[in-house]
Amino acid sequence: MNSQAYIATVYLFMLAAFLGYQVISRVPSLLHTPLMSATNAISGISLVGSLVAAGAQHSTLSTTLGFIAVTCATTNVVGGFIITDRMLRMFKKKRTAASEEQKP
Amino acid sequence: MRYYLIEASYFLASILFILGLRGLSHPETARRGMHLAEFGMLMAIIGTLMHQEIVSYEWIIAGLLLGSAIGTGIGLWVPMTAMPQRTAFSHAFGALAAALVGISEHSLHGASLSKFTMGALGFDVLLGSLTTTGSLVAFAKLQGMLPGRPMTYKGQNIFNLSLLGVIVLAFVILIFHPGAAPLFYLMAVLSLIFGVLLVLPIGSADMPVVIALLNAYAGLASAAIGFAISNNVLIIAGTLDGGSGLILSIVMCRAMNRSITAVLFGAFGKVSETSTTVTEGTMRVANIEDLAPQLKYARQVVFVPGYGMATAQAQHAVRELSTALEDAGVTVKFAIHPVAGRMPGHMNVLLAEANIPYSQLYELEQINPDFTATDVAVVVGANDVVNPDARDNSSSPISGMPILEVDRAKEVVVLKRGSGKGFSGLENPLFTKPNCAMLYGDAKESLTQLAQAVLKD
Repeated sequence: MNSQAYIATVYLFMLAAFLGYQVISRVPSLLHTPLMSATNAISGISLVGSLVAAGAQHSTLSTTLGFIAVTCATTNVVGGFIITDRMLRMFKKKRTAASEEQKP
Repeated sequence: MRYYLIEASYFLASILFILGLRGLSHPETARRGMHLAEFGMLMAIIGTLMHQEIVSYEWIIAGLLLGSAIGTGIGLWVPMTAMPQRTAFSHAFGALAAALVGISEHSLHGASLSKFTMGALGFDVLLGSLTTTGSLVAFAKLQGMLPGRPMTYKGQNIFNLSLLGVIVLAFVILIFHPGAAPLFYLMAVLSLIFGVLLVLPIGSADMPVVIALLNAYAGLASAAIGFAISNNVLIIAGTLDGGSGLILSIVMCRAMNRSITAVLFGAFGKVSETSTTVTEGTMRVANIEDLAPQLKYARQVVFVPGYGMATAQAQHAVRELSTALEDAGVTVKFAIHPVAGRMPGHMNVLLAEANIPYSQLYELEQINPDFTATDVAVVVGANDVVNPDARDNSSSPISGMPILEVDRAKEVVVLKRGSGKGFSGLENPLFTKPNCAMLYGDAKESLTQLAQAVLKD
């Protein structure tokens, strides 16, 4: 990769940091726990690196490490999204509406 | 063609992640946002599977299946009260995954790495390793496998900083000699040790900051991997995760009036444990029979939940009582301190689980002016966040920390397991104030009895 491409990634990082700050500052403290589990699930995107490591068959070491990494990252993605949804389902605006929803 | 398809999937995923997080700015749009993010993740995975370097799918499928099984298990069966532990554990997993990808990359390319790539890889492995072990220690503390109090020894900070110095030195040498594999592994191992030593001296009360900080590290490790393998979606998602963790840790620090360095190196609670200068006043003990009518005929009752509510699993009992009071015509509110519990937003999730609508949950700034108009404030297992010393006593270790000013209510009832101190080990002058009464015993039982007494009257 040439140096121009390196610099482009640094720009990308900076823009993502600014955007992230804007978006995440708007999350109310009410939803801070779901936010944490959501960003955790999203950072499971390291899967894109570990999938290649696990499937490229460069060496036994890299395949093994890749396999463990795929397992860990998938656990986070699947577990993180399930838990986030479980939490968000619980946040209700009104008591009456909530109890009606629970009726079959 | 294949290249463009893969990149398109990453591009789509990046947009969907950002839209997903934007959805979290309101509880009503949050679930839809998360579905977008889930779809984005699926696209990115499918895109990656088309990568030309992938020649065999056995280990990939095995890892995906195993991870999905573990993830589904954790996702469905972890109770809401255990959310801080679960979060710490998942930070360990995320950081480990990032560190392992970095190690695998280094083992393949080693000496041929450019300075830029080696720098990113080193950063990834350093942060990834220390976050893995640090999160595991945090998990063990929250789960009660390790004592929650700070574990300190003499010269700890000096030792830790020297260790960090050695790690950084190894990192710098590696940038100029990327092929030095033994040095690379030494750096990884030392970072693992450093992670343990970093979190051991931090007490349970500071856990909200530590969890948020470890969240940031795990995210930054992922972003670093993105730089190393020049993958844009990794950089974006990792930066969002890192930024979110950083913002949360700043919010938590502000809510405790402490700096991040004080949290990391201060060993909070250790000092006050030894200085037990007891200024014992008389505490008034409340009983259910008198309290129930007082609550029932109040105009406004504010509940203040703390970590004690989580340990006693009392959130449903709180709901029972609050419903009984509302049916009797009482205005019921809930006051949430940002650092109540062991992670950001911990109390909100527990109360939501107990089916308490979020329109009844109030933040510190919103509720504090309201306490003077409150007839009874019910403190359920909170201590330091209602300690008036933080406001009145400038020599208190928690001086300047914003508190919920329950002592301004006409009457305060504190539900407490026993007459012991809070996690910080500080005396709480609230308990001896004339308008404060103590209700000792298991919070869940007390609340259930109160609810029954209110309904019976």
